[in-house]
Amino acid sequence: MLIQIQSGPQPIYQQIVEQIRFRILSAQLKPGDELPTIRGLAESLKVNPNTIARAYRELEHEGLVEKRRTTGTFVAETSGTLSRTRRKQILTPEIDKLLVLASHLGTDAEELDELIASRHHALQQKVQSQ
Amino acid sequence: MNSGDDYPVRVRSLSRAFKGTAALADVSLDIPRGCVFGLVGLNGAGKTTLIRHLIGSMKALHGSVQVLGQDPTIRPERLLAKIGYMSEEDSLPKWMRISDLIGFCRSVYPTWSDDYCGELCEMFDLSPGAKLKSLSKGGRARAALLAAIAHRPELLILDEPSSGLDPIARADILEAIIRTVADEGRTVLFSSHLLEEIDRVCDQIALIHDGVLLESIPAASLPERYTECFYRTDSPSARPPQIPGSFGAMGDASEWSVLIDSENEASPSTTTSIESGAARWELVRRQPATVHRWFAGRVQRQPPSIAQAPAEGMQHV
Repeated sequence: MLIQIQSGPQPIYQQIVEQIRFRILSAQLKPGDELPTIRGLAESLKVNPNTIARAYRELEHEGLVEKRRTTGTFVAETSGTLSRTRRKQILTPEIDKLLVLASHLGTDAEELDELIASRHHALQQKVQSQ
Repeated sequence: MNSGDDYPVRVRSLSRAFKGTAALADVSLDIPRGCVFGLVGLNGAGKTTLIRHLIGSMKALHGSVQVLGQDPTIRPERLLAKIGYMSEEDSLPKWMRISDLIGFCRSVYPTWSDDYCGELCEMFDLSPGAKLKSLSKGGRARAALLAAIAHRPELLILDEPSSGLDPIARADILEAIIRTVADEGRTVLFSSHLLEEIDRVCDQIALIHDGVLLESIPAASLPERYTECFYRTDSPSARPPQIPGSFGAMGDASEWSVLIDSENEASPSTTTSIESGAARWELVRRQPATVHRWFAGRVQRQPPSIAQAPAEGMQHV
């Protein structure tokens, strides 16, 4: 799995969580798909195995993946159903970033709503066509 | 593979001076089994002097050193058979062929694995007939790495192994570190000033500065413990805002960033805006401290204006 690690204020385990979460929520990884082993991913990313384990624990805690004893880590069958609180927690910082940028660019609320709706539509169509 | 209890490396109050100048001052540290321990510091901070004590090439004159349960200077051959060591120096005999180097290592290390050696030769693209002289610097570094890990050492010590190497050779070194600790119970000591590499692979990070071990902290808790706070003021000041429990101020005039230690009881619980000197400072941004920022904050020279801590700040009207 190709995951990009960048140096910056975001801890490495969070970068891994975000990229795997994105793959799961955008259906690039589907329920039942197996994630790389902790050791395998650690070697290919050149990242401490404990960091990978921490990222997997976080994803498990979010209900996106599940550990099956002795066999490995898999995308959860129920991966689409995060709790409302958790969804809010994940989305809020992203929305804040978007709002700051939008106000910077002089985009008003109405224009932003329209843009979100049109992107939503475009992505839906893309998913259906797959 | 059970020598030296749960701490393959134990250093107690180690001091060393060269010609009256302290190179190490009262350094104590324990490296737990299975850990990737990162040692960071500026050039000349004392990293290599510390490591030389661990591999038995320097005797502890003040304080004590135990590696895998023994004093490294007593029967060092017993110890060296169980550790792997690679330094930044390009020190392998250049007349040797790879096959000579392998033959030499096999005779020295009882646990040498021909299978693992073969796998590594393939991975590192090293052909047995090649002379070390004919290899690139990266190629010789890979040969040194092969010699350091093919006996699957209990303790792998890398002293600035990546200095001056290309990114691909550096990635091979990082992968060797990961493979070593991925085997249950093996330990790595990795000294480097490439902080991005330290951040990727280390469980614990220790900072040595002017011979003093300033801090040793689990890598995962560093961004949780230290926060970088950015402050702005309308009355520019040559001094940063004075915030209890903070250190490592950087910036100038109207914008300063400081590091706040959440475990220091003096640290303010709320940092949104503060009065300091004659100025009012607004918090404009905060983020978890990066290893880089923490390092820079810890080793920075204190500007005289801060060291003297004058009672009042500059005032611009």
